[in-house]
Amino acid sequence: MKHGILLHEPDDDVGVAVTDLKKGTSVGAVTLEGKRAGSVKLLSNVPLGHKVAMRDLPKDKRVIKYGREVGKAVQAVSRGAHVHTHNVKTLRWSV
Amino acid sequence: MITAQNLKLTGFRRPDGRYGIRNHVIILPVDDISNAAAEGVASLIRGTMALPHAYGRLQFGEDLELTFRTLAGIGRNPNIAAAVIIGIEPKWTERIVKEIKKTGKPVAGFSIERYGDLKTIEMASRKAKEFVQYATELRREPFPVKKLCMSTKCGESDTTTGLASCPTVGRSFERLIKGGATLLFGETSELTGGEDIVESRCINSKVKRDFRCVFDDYTNLIESKGVDLMGSQPTEGNIRGGLTTIEEKALGNIQKIGRLQVKSVLAPAVEPKGPGLHFMDSSSAAAEMVTLCAASGSVVHFFPTGQGNIIGNPVIPVIKLTGNPLTLKTMSEHIDVDVTGILRLEMNLDQAADALLKVLERTINGRLTAAETLRHDEFVLTKLYRSA
Repeated sequence: MKHGILLHEPDDDVGVAVTDLKKGTSVGAVTLEGKRAGSVKLLSNVPLGHKVAMRDLPKDKRVIKYGREVGKAVQAVSRGAHVHTHNVKTLRWSV
Repeated sequence: MITAQNLKLTGFRRPDGRYGIRNHVIILPVDDISNAAAEGVASLIRGTMALPHAYGRLQFGEDLELTFRTLAGIGRNPNIAAAVIIGIEPKWTERIVKEIKKTGKPVAGFSIERYGDLKTIEMASRKAKEFVQYATELRREPFPVKKLCMSTKCGESDTTTGLASCPTVGRSFERLIKGGATLLFGETSELTGGEDIVESRCINSKVKRDFRCVFDDYTNLIESKGVDLMGSQPTEGNIRGGLTTIEEKALGNIQKIGRLQVKSVLAPAVEPKGPGLHFMDSSSAAAEMVTLCAASGSVVHFFPTGQGNIIGNPVIPVIKLTGNPLTLKTMSEHIDVDVTGILRLEMNLDQAADALLKVLERTINGRLTAAETLRHDEFVLTKLYRSA
């Protein structure tokens, strides 16, 4: 397995770690169809199944996965950062 | 490639023309206080199974109707050869017996008042013995995919369910529908963020309206409580597995319906009319949802899991598949189909669907699933609101 990150769509903002990824390493990303999508240097450890930012995401940017909005960045997120509940929130449940 | 045409399925033909893939004789209590008698019968008579549950008293309105529909639907399910119904009093017991009787299968009702548990257990046991002897003489016969009714729901989802196990179900469903299968999905709350996709798949404007109505009802219920579902949707297990928002979870969930259209929108525990993919308004809680599917006539269930939901059902076999290598390694006894190869790009969706359909065929033909061998018999009624 040469890749460490899988993307649903080539232009998604975030990819999924398919194994535990280590801070400081450069990891290759591919789409589900096996198309190469470059590589990113990890800014922190990212466990299996968690997401990695494929590009810099400014605060309030709508985050794209599956080619669709899945939430928004509540702080600036750098390329290679771990993306999760600490920096991305839902666009729903705004009671 | 495994298609609907080359699946070789066998099952038990029921008097109503539907096919079951298991041949249970159930002892079904109408209400919570009749559980003891039902379990008494099941412990006396080999080959019977009691289905104890928590409700059935002082319910009213839509909530009561759903309980009746669920209990009757379970008895009507083609995986049931015959049913003994036990309630505290005769009237509600008879309502359930009457609905099951319409399928033509053997059913008998007993009520405890004016007899007590012990006399009831004796009378019901004599009938149960007769039913088991009837059921054990029934034989499997071949049946086509167009006679198959099955369901799906995922659980303890994570990012791997959206990448691997849910799309594997989607690809398999696309093949089954070509053979005329009847398919069910649901999980109303878990479509939030992808509800427009499901709406766009509805086959006509009436089905679209029905779907929008069910989805909005649910959203209004949440809002009327003045809360949101953070912590519940996504669950703490989902978050541990890397899912961050309900939208992300929903988009993974919806992969289970592949590229299919939605033929109708059903109230919970209502039997679908005719082949195709049907949406059933339902909770996303695994045991409740699978019980409702069983009550709607599903005979087998695809259950993609990420972090490892271990659910089973006493009436319908639950086939688990996972794309998560950690779950496969640490919880292997719960997993029927390994699709972790998708994450390594060693397996494509067509190959994963082949693997799943092969296990579906073996399960239908009698091989027990992981959940069946582990005695995961979760039978859980959906309660809509508090009782009187």
